[in-house]
Amino acid sequence: MDGPLNSFLLLSNFVLVPGMAYGSQLAIGALGVTLVYGILRFSNFAHGDTMAFGTMAVILVTWLLQSWGVSISPLPTALLALPFGIIATIALLLLTDRWVYRFFRREKAAPVVFLIASVGVMFVMNGLVRFIIGPNDQRFADGERFIIKAREFKRLTGMSEGVTFKTSQGLTILTAVIVVAALFWFLNRTRAGKSMRAYSDNEDLALLSGINPERVVMITWILAAALATIAGTLYGLDKSFKPFTYFQLLLPIFASAIVGGLGNPLGAIAGGFIIAFSEVTVTYAYKKFLAYNLPPDWAPESLMQLLSTDYKFAVSFVILVLVLLIRPTGIFKGKAT
Amino acid sequence: MIEVKDLHMHFGGIHAVDGVSLSFEGGRITGLIGPNGAGKTTLFNVIAGLHKPTSGKVYLDGADITGLKPHELFAKGMLRTFQIAQEFSTLTVRENLMMVPPNQSGERLLDTWIRPAQVRREEEQVRAKADEVIEFLEITQVADELAGNLSGGQKKLLELGRTMMVDAKIVFLDEVGAGVNRTLLNTLGDAILRLQKERGYTFCMIEHDMDFISRLCDPVIVMAEGAVLTQGSIEEVKANEQVIEAYLGTGLKNKRGAVS
Repeated sequence: MDGPLNSFLLLSNFVLVPGMAYGSQLAIGALGVTLVYGILRFSNFAHGDTMAFGTMAVILVTWLLQSWGVSISPLPTALLALPFGIIATIALLLLTDRWVYRFFRREKAAPVVFLIASVGVMFVMNGLVRFIIGPNDQRFADGERFIIKAREFKRLTGMSEGVTFKTSQGLTILTAVIVVAALFWFLNRTRAGKSMRAYSDNEDLALLSGINPERVVMITWILAAALATIAGTLYGLDKSFKPFTYFQLLLPIFASAIVGGLGNPLGAIAGGFIIAFSEVTVTYAYKKFLAYNLPPDWAPESLMQLLSTDYKFAVSFVILVLVLLIRPTGIFKGKAT
Repeated sequence: MIEVKDLHMHFGGIHAVDGVSLSFEGGRITGLIGPNGAGKTTLFNVIAGLHKPTSGKVYLDGADITGLKPHELFAKGMLRTFQIAQEFSTLTVRENLMMVPPNQSGERLLDTWIRPAQVRREEEQVRAKADEVIEFLEITQVADELAGNLSGGQKKLLELGRTMMVDAKIVFLDEVGAGVNRTLLNTLGDAILRLQKERGYTFCMIEHDMDFISRLCDPVIVMAEGAVLTQGSIEEVKANEQVIEAYLGTGLKNKRGAVS
């Protein structure tokens, strides 16, 4: 009676592992959105394209390193290029802040003005990325592709279902843990992090204390740039890099941040996994899973898929609408009401 | 120490502050009283840099500080507290206090990487200072409590503590006694008096509680309808006919006249 066990392995392979990896990517992306919202108090629509820009920078450096023959195999070269990509993205965001957002801060513009400005920034970044690297699919993953291959897994365990664990998935989950731990250490233990929390908590009082608002804003952009580049690179390694896909990622990322409670870092992480697992479980075809668990003559003939993968973005959209209707502040109480 | 010259603050057609000239002397606790809508808080807000005055000047030790931003005034040692106590609710009391001193190197990311020893040393100093303030205000038992969980009175003490973190020269207290129970009010009063006597603080406070004012303030300035009505010691002010009129209205005064 290996049916239930096999079906569990099947789910691990197609739902659990991909969901964890995708959830980690969304969580890191949503953390960037939520930090910007907490400090600058606007929803940054340019975050998806910031991720695209960061990933593009990483890809370019990766290609350069590859042409020099630099490699850290079995790990992908992109990891080596990541710091350079982050630096380039930090530069981009700080310049954007200086040229765009700082003006509106001085004007004390309403949040909706910032939001619209960020849409403009989004289009510019979008164009910039396509101009430099083109609109096409780019693959830049190298090194060992798998930690565990399905075939090896089957051979080792003797089960009829195997679990594939890609290097990119392992890296994603590991990086997410490190990034989240580092971010929370930063926010809770360092003076700069506490200044950020204080500023987000009570802006008026922060202005009357020894907190330099411009510095808090600068640190926020630096963190947002780092998070966006890491999230984008991990997503690109796991799937592939295409500017349009990154623009589309904006929806699940916003959904994650809002579901968890905008401005709440813990919520962003929870939201990322909620959205990711909803997407994966709803679009998974349960035919084989049911075949393992049901008597043979009950086995379904259709795919038993609740929703075609073409509609996966609808999942985040539905969750987003439901949360906004039922609990607008998100699961963990965020700032937005 | 602080001098206000012919200050006007108009909001549209409302003349909230209408030609106020006064001075707050160094090392004293000046009380600012007056009926609701007299323009006390607006005057505070203008002096503390929240509003830019329509016209008029504010001087600190002879230097023009009109229209400076709150954080610029903060750098000059001028602080204010709020009518409704403000705090960073998700930080502890100690962390709240440690937020106050400006230009800490720990806030610069680069320094935390290249000069960790200095950053740590500085943080130790700030922590020691915060502990001293906590001791002074006798709030040791809530030092590690989240500031959002404090009672209203304890939050007011925290506000006072904030001014001590930078050894403020002049502190504006906006109804520091409002909504505070008697016991805590006494602690608060003691702390204010000690700060003035032992550390040479200058206070200017808006207050409604007459007992509290009598205990702390000398002199007292009375405002009504956006202008200064009179000033002097609390006894002089209490005896002033105009003040009674401003508080109770002419009708009552006439009635009283009729009775006597």
